[in-house]
Amino acid sequence: MDETAAFIRFQGVSKHFDAFQVLKDINLSVQKGERIVICGPSGSGKSTLIRCINGLESYGCGDIFVNGTRVEAAGLAQVRGRVGMVFQQFNLFPHLTVIENLMLGPMRGKGMSQAEAREIAERYLARVRIPEQADKYPRQLSGGQQQRVAIARSLCMEPEIMLFDEPTSALDPEMISEVLDVMAELATTGMTMLVVTHEMGFARRVADRMVFMDFGEIVEVAPPEQFFTAPDSARAQDFLQKILNH
Amino acid sequence: MRLLSLLSAFLLLSGCSASWGWYVVNPATPQGYNNLKFMLSGLVYTVQLSATAIAISIVVGLLVALPGLSPNKWLRRMSRTYVELVRAVPILVLILWVYYGLPPVTGITIGVFWAGVIALALSDSAFQAEIFRAGIQSIARGQYEAAYSVSLGYVDTMRYVILPQAIRRILPALGNQLVYMLKMSSLVSVIGMQELTRKANELVVSEYRPLEIYTVLVLEYLVLILIVSAAVRWLERRLQADERG
Repeated sequence: MDETAAFIRFQGVSKHFDAFQVLKDINLSVQKGERIVICGPSGSGKSTLIRCINGLESYGCGDIFVNGTRVEAAGLAQVRGRVGMVFQQFNLFPHLTVIENLMLGPMRGKGMSQAEAREIAERYLARVRIPEQADKYPRQLSGGQQQRVAIARSLCMEPEIMLFDEPTSALDPEMISEVLDVMAELATTGMTMLVVTHEMGFARRVADRMVFMDFGEIVEVAPPEQFFTAPDSARAQDFLQKILNH
Repeated sequence: MRLLSLLSAFLLLSGCSASWGWYVVNPATPQGYNNLKFMLSGLVYTVQLSATAIAISIVVGLLVALPGLSPNKWLRRMSRTYVELVRAVPILVLILWVYYGLPPVTGITIGVFWAGVIALALSDSAFQAEIFRAGIQSIARGQYEAAYSVSLGYVDTMRYVILPQAIRRILPALGNQLVYMLKMSSLVSVIGMQELTRKANELVVSEYRPLEIYTVLVLEYLVLILIVSAAVRWLERRLQADERG
């Protein structure tokens, strides 16, 4: 793999919370259009890893590059314009309607006119299959619908990379598939995706590569068929046994 | 409303007693009518003074609260110092200090109205700052993260995402401050501001009927504040309805 042409590149990234090391010497390159699923026990640094990409977390040492731009205070606005993010708790703006949630970024982040922003918002709302909810407030929607609005909100910024931080963990079981379907559909468009999730069925179906983390390190990187059938590390074997056997 | 009618019933009944002299404020007589008109002429100043002061104190309070929430230690300390210092000065002392103390130092003479506005706004801004800080701190971290991730900068994040939510939450506290400000404006009478309390004081001097005149004064504030309370509640309901859609 050509390391310098990587779309997202982690070079020796480490991060500490006081004495506790959350990320240990992370090296990872992601190509444009690649779909990466990151899994591992809770507290293993998965969320922290993807949150470093758009600067929601700072990192102590090492470098992260997104399409050649180093992720640091100065380049943050530029990087954030390219990277969309979907959160576990949706984080929709409760005081704005669905369509206003979608239009805020294009208008205030990208300086689009209201008409342009509305057109984009309507397009992506249709794409996540809830165009009829445009004028409702987030609290009037189900969890699955809220998360789809959150995905549409990110897509309205027309990002090149989408980060998903446990997007289905706060959902009732019957709503998980509607969100995963939207994500799988997005994967077919060539979007570069980094997904932190425990949904191993989705990972098997969609991922190009699996990244397994434990205690702040990347323990194993492998294609899904290899990762699920014959993981190299004992820690990955142990983890898979715990989450798959119930 | 029931409270009001109870109060007026009480006053009418006590009017029978010999020690009351309601004639001074009886609108049916020319003297009482003129006296009432004189008392009510202070209303516009009370309202202007309080409204101007609260508008300024909200802006100053916000400008003090925001650095108080900064990750920068020195900005936080500056904000804290302002709040602690200003909050420690009694309003009456601040009014006297601004009106009599400031001109010799600065060389600028400040009119009664603006001296009152500055003193009230300054004093209230420390409380407003704490209210805003509490409101802004109550908004979940994820709201900032979502706003930043759709490329909003700090100012836009505050303006479109954080403050609209924070203000809904602190509206009852802001209503409190508004009521407080209306009442504290009576203190500006000591430097000669022709507001409700000053007018009542002047009338008492000429008519020598303090009981009746101050009772009317109490009612003036009561009515004013009930109107303000109703307005704040209406606004609260409207904003909540907004969120429910």
